[in-house]
Parts: sequence; structure tokens; C-alpha cells
Amino acid sequence: MDYIIEMLNIRKEFPGIVANDDITLRIKKTEIHALLGENGAGKSTLMSILFGLYKPEAGVIKLRGKEINISDPKTASHLGIGMVHQHFKLVEDFTVLENIILGAETVKNGFLKMDEAKKKVMELSNRYKLYIDPDAKVSNITVGMQQRVEILKMLYRENEILIFDEPTAVLTPQEIDELMDIMKELSKEGKSLIFITHKLEEIKKVADRVTVLRRGKCIGTYNVEDVTKESLSEMMVGRKVQFTVDKKDITPGETIFEVKNLSMKTKGSTKNTLNKISFKVRKNEIVCIAGIDGNGQSELVYALTGIRHFDEGQILVHGEDWTKKSIRYRNSHGMSHIPEDRHKYGLILEYSMAYNLILQTYFTDRFQKRGFLKNDSIHEYADGLIKKYDIRSGQGAQTVTRSMSGGNQQKVILAREIDKDPSIMIAVQPARGLDVGATEFIHKKLVEQRESGKAVLLISLELEEIMNLSDRILVIYEGELVGDLDPKKTTIQELGLYMAGAKRDEVKA
Amino acid sequence: MDMLYLLLRQTMYFSIPLLIVALGGMFSERSGVTNIALEGIMVMGGFTGIYFINQMQSQMSGQWLLVLAIFIAMAGGLLLSLPHAYASVNLKADQVISGTALNMFAPAFVIYIARMIQPSGIANVSFKNTFFIHEVPVLCDIPVIGDILFKNTYITTFLGFFILIVSAIVLYKTRFGMRLRACGEHPHAADSVGINVYKMRYIGVMISGVLAGLGGLVLTVPISTEFKGAVNGYGFLALAVLIFGQWKPMRILWASLFFGFMQTISAAYSAIPFLLNLNIPSEFFKMTPYIATLIVLAFSSKSSKAPKAVGQPYDQGAR
Repeated sequence: MDYIIEMLNIRKEFPGIVANDDITLRIKKTEIHALLGENGAGKSTLMSILFGLYKPEAGVIKLRGKEINISDPKTASHLGIGMVHQHFKLVEDFTVLENIILGAETVKNGFLKMDEAKKKVMELSNRYKLYIDPDAKVSNITVGMQQRVEILKMLYRENEILIFDEPTAVLTPQEIDELMDIMKELSKEGKSLIFITHKLEEIKKVADRVTVLRRGKCIGTYNVEDVTKESLSEMMVGRKVQFTVDKKDITPGETIFEVKNLSMKTKGSTKNTLNKISFKVRKNEIVCIAGIDGNGQSELVYALTGIRHFDEGQILVHGEDWTKKSIRYRNSHGMSHIPEDRHKYGLILEYSMAYNLILQTYFTDRFQKRGFLKNDSIHEYADGLIKKYDIRSGQGAQTVTRSMSGGNQQKVILAREIDKDPSIMIAVQPARGLDVGATEFIHKKLVEQRESGKAVLLISLELEEIMNLSDRILVIYEGELVGDLDPKKTTIQELGLYMAGAKRDEVKA
Repeated sequence: MDMLYLLLRQTMYFSIPLLIVALGGMFSERSGVTNIALEGIMVMGGFTGIYFINQMQSQMSGQWLLVLAIFIAMAGGLLLSLPHAYASVNLKADQVISGTALNMFAPAFVIYIARMIQPSGIANVSFKNTFFIHEVPVLCDIPVIGDILFKNTYITTFLGFFILIVSAIVLYKTRFGMRLRACGEHPHAADSVGINVYKMRYIGVMISGVLAGLGGLVLTVPISTEFKGAVNGYGFLALAVLIFGQWKPMRILWASLFFGFMQTISAAYSAIPFLLNLNIPSEFFKMTPYIATLIVLAFSSKSSKAPKAVGQPYDQGAR
């Protein structure tokens, strides 16, 4: 079997770190080759080298057996290498068609010939079953279609080697299935695919072979049929990974957090965004709110944490009415919040890690005196948390948060929120976008909270996470709670029926 | 009726320079570079163009002199736009600061030079207006339009409309225009498909330099007989036109006509019996264009559709 592209003994160093250490990756023609590794394992660096963004210190790249030199993305494209970036590179104000042809326009004397381009794009769209609306503006189309536009961009340039950089991170489960079919179709039509991911199920579903990277080193290349999910994750993380978290059997104690008949109206609609939501979270209990994205979860969290006002209902903590309490009161009297969007609500990215750790306590006497910050105490405190939560960064407490990896950013939030010693912890998709190792860490911490007598409210879209962690599952559908389930007695299939609105019970607090 | 035609022709004198300069600003901002240096560039273009006329008018006159002066003014504007392009693109500087610097530099520079090189030692550069076209044969007989556009006019009026049409075609119908717009909306996307963002931005700023330089000349010729080292805020007014025009050529035309008309009212109110009879102090009429700018921008800036990446230096590394 001949290889279409080979990256042999690639080495790439950045100041203070070897990002790629003697890595060899060989892609066969028409295969789907998965590149597996945790965040920071060197996947992106390796692909950036292949795409001409970085120059390796050592190593050779061969295309169809011939040594080549890829100096920039343009060269890569000419050689038939295309990439779907994790964050799409689409001009929102342009139409789908304009985005596809941008940079490879058909012109006559400098004038665009859109009709000809459109014909070619629609041919490709039909041939590969990539449904698009060529005249729609990108800002108006779904994420799924945006991804198809990115794929068509590569096909329009007649690329043979297609790199997909974590393509499923932004998709819904249905869109993921569609993408998997598209990928199989592409390989059938003769394209070779490199699929960067850290999701093991997806590799099992679609890939032919897999190369595992760990901390810049190549662990090996395997046929996907020959390896199990467990062994893959062990290779990726470097130790055994527990997919299920050990939980002690504890009988929940008294009610800590109670929501009564909470409703939030929708502007310009008679249907409420949230409708008469009532539930209780008790001591030593993880209650999970499950549901398909966009069924009112975000709004519920905004209401509970005080970010947004609601129209009716009551929030009680230890029996005290918190309905009208300020955000600062909630933060400093026992409510912790791990937000859904850590960049928007969790962190100030331009601040140092130390300042992010005291975002909710900077005004206490511990960290300020007559309006002046006590930087010594702040740093001492930050260093303690960094050690305790194993937060890794370039320059310790001084590190600008933006420059940290997603997993470590999430650890900063976790450290801050847990260190407040809350009575109620509200965690929204705490493992979103994180790799296996970081996910495991965060799940462990949440269970620890439960076991130390806190009430935990978990809002999640990941069924596995829900089944593993929760003591009780509440299902939200179109702003209403429609199911109160015991994870030990229910199945994922049944949960799915509730989430889709096909089944519902009366839920009372 | 004659009064109305007079007003509309006067409006053209003000609107055409606004149109040309705003279109220049459009090319710069569509490529992703804010250009508040339009004012300074106009001063530079006005000075070089008028000084050229001042020097050459003893040997030649009429339209050919004006055409040559147009090219000189464009060159002057281009020259001053280069530091802005260098600062914004190569040095990744704050584009507002670099533009402000040029706005402060240009008037001082031209006055200094004028005093240095004119034997009289005065700052004002005077010129004889030999460019006035009383009537364009044939075309002036078209009803209405003939009276507005083809009587008592200058070639620069037609040049303005020509630039408008060319700009619209270039921006929307050519490969260059599409790539330029992509650089102003999402430079990383443009870069990822092999477009040289730095080059496109340089070209965008340079076009704005050429057109703003031209605008400085076009503004001065019909309404004055000397260049005093200033364009009285027209560069900033052109920015307002650009914003009100939503960065789109045809809307920029309407915006410049609107602002030009306001300017006409402020300059020519005393010739309009109705306005004169209102007995309002002249200061209020002088204020109208600026008040109109404030009001219009306050309302239209909310729905503003500026190019998304305008004002942000492009850094290949930051992804």
C-alpha cells in the first residue's frame, strides 16, 4: 500500500517546550486517519506544519513518495492539502458562494464570473451530497451548513488531502451523524482524510486507522478495529482512565436549594421561556438538569444566579428567600457558579490568573485595604490554589488567562468556586470542550463536593456525564420540567424520549 | 426655479468633494484600516494641487492645467497616506492615533512649506480660476438635468460621478473588490485562502490617499481663489458621509448630496429670500451642517454596518 502523504520524524520546538518530538504520521490513500491526543499533545502543531504555518526543525514531508517543502498555506493548497479549521474561517457578510470561491475566483479580465463558479459549486454539492444554499449569507445559516461550506471550499480547490480539526466540537448529535456520513462519502470518492479529535466514539465510528500523540510524542499507529476505546484512552492519557466515577451511597440530607414556580416570559410571545419550574436540591445530592440545547437551560441558570430577572416564582436557600438578592450577595453567601461560557461569564481573559481567582472576593479585607489591592496576599492565595488544583500555566499566578489552555482555564474557575465553600454549586456543562483527563478531574471534584455535604445542580447536554454523576435527573423540555428520573432505574433511550418531548410526567418539587 | 438650480449647483460644489473623499475612505475601511487621516490628506492634496496651479498658471490655463493639477493632488495625497499604511499595516499601530498624527502634521507642514517657498512669505497660495465651464454644449439643453449638472460647472463634477461608478463596479464586480472586502470583514479567512492581507490593506489605504488628495483640490477650486492650508473639517464630514452611507457606494452618494445640501444652506442662505426673511442670526445657519451631522449620525450609527475587522491590526499569529 502506498502512502499519499508521509510526515517523517518531525520535530518542532517552541521556547521551553518540544511540541513535536520525532513524530511520524503516514496517511494511506482514501483512508480516514484519526489523530488522537489530549489538548496540548501536539496535534495542532503537527497539522500546522503540514498546512505550512510552521516550519519543523527536523523531519521530512513526502507527498506520493516525493519530498516536498511546504512554506505557506498557499503552497499547501496547491499541493492539494485543505483544512477545515476548528473555528470556521468564513466571512459572515458574504454569501455561501462568495465564501467558497474567495481566493480561487473564476475571472475574466479581473471581473468575477459568478455564474460559472456557481455551476461548479452546485455540481460538487450534489455529487458529495453537501446540501447548501449558495445565495444565503453565512451569518444566516446553521453551524452545520457552515461546516459544509468549509468542506466545499476544499473540494472546490480540488484538494485531495482533507484535514478536519476537531470538526464535531460545535455540532449537535444529528449534525455529527451527518458529518460522519459525509466523511465516509468523501473517502469513497477518493479523498484522504485526517481527522483530529479527542472523542473516542467518533474514531470507532468512522476512522480506519488512528495515530495517538501524547505530550509531543508519537505513541503509535493502529488499525481502529484492533483497539478498544479503553486502550485508546489509556494511550492518550498515559494511565488508566475511569469512565465512571466512584460514588459512595449517601442518603441525601435536608433541602438546601429550592426553586418554586419559576417563570420567565418571552418578549413578543405568549409562550414562556421558562414555565413554572419547581425543584429541590438536597444536601449530598447531585441533581442534573438534562435536555437538548436551547430548551431554557441557559435562561434557568441566568435566573438562578441573578444574571437575568424572572417574572414569577421564588428561590430559597436554606429557607431564606433569595429571589431579589444581588449577584454579589449570592456569590458571597454560598452560591457557586461554573458558567456555561467560561470566556463570557467565568473569566476576564486579559487579567492574570491571580486576579481571576479573586474576582468575587477582591473587596474583602483579606485582599484590599482602603481601596488598594494587597498584591502579596493575592499572590499567596493564588499560589495556594494553583498547587492544590494543579493548574498548569507558563508563568504561574502572573499568567494572562487568555494564554492558558481550556482545561486549565476551567480549573481556575473550579478552584475559585469550590474554595468559596458553597452550600449550592451550580455547574453548567463543566466539561465542555475539555479532554478526557480534564473531564475526569472535574467530575471527581463535583462528586467530592457532593460527598462533603454540598448540594450540586448540574446542567448538561452530555448523556454519559448525566448518567454517571447524577443522583436524580430532571428533564427540561421547552422551558418546562417534564421528567424526574432515577439514573439507576432509567436508560439513555428513555431519557432521550423525555428530552425529545415524546414522553412527560408531572414534576413537583 | 432659477433659485433652485442655483442651490443645486452649489450643492454639487460641496457634495462632489465629499463623495470623492468618502469613497476613498470606503476603500480604506473596507480593507480593514480606519482612516481618520482623510482631513490631513485632503489638506496635502489641496496644497500640492493648488501650488502646482499657482506655479504653472503663467504658462498654461484651462482644463488641461486642471487635469494636471488633479494628478499632482492625487500624488500628494498618496504620499501622505503611505505613513498611515506603514503604521497601520507594518507596525500594527493604533490606527486612530496614526491618523490623528497625520491630521495634526499636514496643516502645519503645508503652511510651513508655503511660507518657505513663496517669495512673499505668506501662508496662503492663490490661484486664478480658469476652469469654470459655463455650459456644456448639447448636454446643457437636457431639461432639469442640464440645468443642474451641465451649466456653470467643473470637470471635477463629472470626475466625481465617474469615480462613483468605477468604485461600485470595482467593489462588487471584481476579484480585487471581493478580496478587499474579505480583508475588512475577516482577515484570517482571507489569509487562509491565500490572500495577502497586508498587500490588500496597503492598496486600500493608498486608494484612500489618492481620492482624498483629489478631494482637497476639488473642494478648493470652485469655492475659493486661494488655499489657506485647511479644508475646514471636510475630511471629518466625509467620514460622517461614509458612516451615514453605510460603507456602500450608492448610499454614500445620497449621504454626500444630503450633507452638501446642508452645507449649501449654511453658505448661501443669504441668497434665499425665504431664509433671509426669517431673521435668524447667521450663526445658526453656519451651524446647520454640523448639527445635521450630529443628529444623523446619532440615529444612523445604531444600525451601523461597519466592516467587522475595521480598526484591528492584522496579526497572522493570533488565531
